[in-house]
Amino acid sequence: MSLLEIEDLRLHIGNLPILKGINLTLGQGKVMGLVGESGSGKSMTALAVMQLLPAAIQASGRISFNGISLLGAPEAAMNRLRGNDIGMVFQEPMTALNPVKTIGEQVSEGIRWHTRASRAEAEERARRMLDRVGLPEAKFPLSRYPHELSGGQRQRVVIAIACALAPKLLIADEPTTALDVVLQKQILELLRDLVDEHKMGLLLISHDLAVVADMSDRVTIMRNGEVMEAGETAHTLSQQRHPYTRQLALASMHVPDRGEKAADRQGPEEARSAPLLSVNNVTRDYPHRRTSLFGKPGVFRAVDSVSFTLDEGQSVALVGRSGCGKSTLARMILALDRPTSGTINLSGYDVSALPEAKLKPARRNMQIVFQDPYGSFDPRHKVERLVAEPLHLLEIAPSISERRDMVADALDKVGLAPADMDKYPHEFSGGQRQRISIARAIITRPKLIVADEPVSALDVSIRAQALDLFADLNARLGVAYLFITHDLTVARAITDRVMVMHEGKIVESGRTDDILDRPQSDAAKALVAAAPDLQRALERRLARIGRI
Amino acid sequence: MSAFLAKRLLIGLVTLIVASIVVFAVLEIVPGDPALLMLGMNATPEALEALRSQMGLDQSIPVRYFNWIGGMLMGDFGRSWTYSSPVLDLIIERGIVSLPLAILSLFLSTAIAIPVGIFAASRRGTIADSASMGAAQIGVAIPNFWFALLLVYLFAVWLRVLPAGGFPGWGAGIWPALKALIMPSLALALPQAAILARVTRSAMLEVLGEDYIRTARAKGMSRRTVLWRHALRNAMIPVLTILGLQFAFLLAGTIIIENVFYLPGLGRLVFQAITQRDLIVVEGVVMLLVASVVVVNLVVDILYAAVDPRLRVKA
Repeated sequence: MSLLEIEDLRLHIGNLPILKGINLTLGQGKVMGLVGESGSGKSMTALAVMQLLPAAIQASGRISFNGISLLGAPEAAMNRLRGNDIGMVFQEPMTALNPVKTIGEQVSEGIRWHTRASRAEAEERARRMLDRVGLPEAKFPLSRYPHELSGGQRQRVVIAIACALAPKLLIADEPTTALDVVLQKQILELLRDLVDEHKMGLLLISHDLAVVADMSDRVTIMRNGEVMEAGETAHTLSQQRHPYTRQLALASMHVPDRGEKAADRQGPEEARSAPLLSVNNVTRDYPHRRTSLFGKPGVFRAVDSVSFTLDEGQSVALVGRSGCGKSTLARMILALDRPTSGTINLSGYDVSALPEAKLKPARRNMQIVFQDPYGSFDPRHKVERLVAEPLHLLEIAPSISERRDMVADALDKVGLAPADMDKYPHEFSGGQRQRISIARAIITRPKLIVADEPVSALDVSIRAQALDLFADLNARLGVAYLFITHDLTVARAITDRVMVMHEGKIVESGRTDDILDRPQSDAAKALVAAAPDLQRALERRLARIGRI
Repeated sequence: MSAFLAKRLLIGLVTLIVASIVVFAVLEIVPGDPALLMLGMNATPEALEALRSQMGLDQSIPVRYFNWIGGMLMGDFGRSWTYSSPVLDLIIERGIVSLPLAILSLFLSTAIAIPVGIFAASRRGTIADSASMGAAQIGVAIPNFWFALLLVYLFAVWLRVLPAGGFPGWGAGIWPALKALIMPSLALALPQAAILARVTRSAMLEVLGEDYIRTARAKGMSRRTVLWRHALRNAMIPVLTILGLQFAFLLAGTIIIENVFYLPGLGRLVFQAITQRDLIVVEGVVMLLVASVVVVNLVVDILYAAVDPRLRVKA
């Protein structure tokens, strides 16, 4: 008898099937990776095990945990299992903790609920658990509130809550997706250690094949509510017998074909023309919150004397961990914020000093693509209006028919049909929406596009298409990119040059391959070492099997 | 926390100053000469002039404004022309009716609304939910004076357990005085409770959909425990906002309700003072009402910080 057995699990909302007969077995002390793209039913499977599905969903089949049937188990029995024998870690650490309760209360609460321990005993255990997940008492007393912690620290608290009573089964639903790569590595290592210490079974849900390859003994690959393939991790992912497994693996390692341009651009000719963008000694300070009514507030230096240039048609990655100042720098380049000192010059316009009224020509030359293709559109506007939005930057407003022509042209360039302009954003998939936001960015024919984590919210196959599109537009329209990302595979796939940012400074910059293969600074080394890599993970796993 | 409080206090003070200027200016513009009103249409110009100078009406506007403000700061609200007694005495005499009335209705409306809102939210989509929200809808729609008349008919005319109106004074004993306030405060509280119940329900529903509720459920706590321990305090933030806003409407509502129940409160005082152009009384009472709204909002701000640690500024 295995720890967790799922047999022919089916979920429906009315007549709409969500899961179509899932089978999955997880043994004690083992790690099962559950992989799939959004909408494949991974999270629904996890919630079915927890019996925390939305009320509208009907379930059938069999889920047994340690011989206990969970499907249809009475609520009281589930309450005894949840948090005690089965723990769960969620994707979004920023919202997973109650903002009005201290972390001590939130960790000790479950302990008291299940063990009837006194408040003092429960707090003592909570203290030990928080120490264990890397939140020592000196810096993180029990009286801290969630808003005083960073995302990575909050995720540690969530893990402490889930593991406080050493559950037999831990379910982790995309536990690191919202974190930067260095934090991701730390959190995954913590999970692995806790699983080893307590001989827990871990059901690890992820869309990232590299993470799963690194962490799990077995994988189950899901698509549209069905299991495509399941088996031992190294074999399944290296042999790729199922076409969908192969498709996923290829997509996650996808590098767009950028021709010889990348190499060309490193040639000496680039030095001749004036750079498209030059950032000179830019610093941005934010005042700290005032501590008293009359005291002078201190400053936080978000960006510290940054200088670089970017040539026409060049594609540059700005990489760094969350909070390193890369988004602040991007905001200043886009003239959405002003530097405290230093200048930023975009094709002859001083965007760091010009008044708003005189920025129009500069704004035409720079556009942005945001991370979240769901949140960056007004859901009540049609695509035509959304894509045409930057056209107010033109000196002469286009007529209605001209406007439609321009929108049609932009949609055509990103691979959408001109007829799509009469639809609303909800009629498109995530990947198509990101195409719409790229169409919106290119409609003024900008020379520079700043893309803030443009593919990190996308599934791997859509992500591969988006990267191809970026590469294609770079080659055809000669538009330069500044990619802001913590994902080195994106940087490697699509940029000529990389700049590594750390605590407000650019600590290293150079050709993409050089930096990613031979990082010099500690910050760059940490990023490279933490970046999940499917190939390396599989090699390690196969080597381990070979040794046994 | 102290910086936060100091800032709020400063905002309250500015509000009071602006309000005093507005109140003074509005009453300057209002047509009607108080001296003429007091002496009647047949008064001689000499008598009018004498009364005007006695009342200080012949002085310039800024001088009168600062005399008025300075007087209030010293506890001298001026003298009512119609009652020929100090305004402060009138305010105290009427305030001991209106203040208990306002507190009682505030208490009643929260005591009704919050349990109903939580009940409806925890049984979302059931008949109990629709029934309580339907009742709340009716509560919002009913004018309070009409509801007051229904109450009078039910409790005073039919059941004969409560007095139909009037106020015996606190001297007659606590219970008889309270009895006279029950129906007026209920009539005042009902529409407020109806709105507050709807706000509580939607705030609870929103909070119950949050990720941290799922985290709490994953700890093994029952739906009910999670509702009380995790959802309620978070849902109180919007409820407090509405409660603070409602207080001002509650004060406005007393003017109507005190007239319906014939209560000698501030509402009736200000109503009569307006009709008789007893401007000094109007000014005094309005300033007092403004001050009480400012104080209530200050209290709400402090309660915010008590409920939500994110608003507490670290020193």
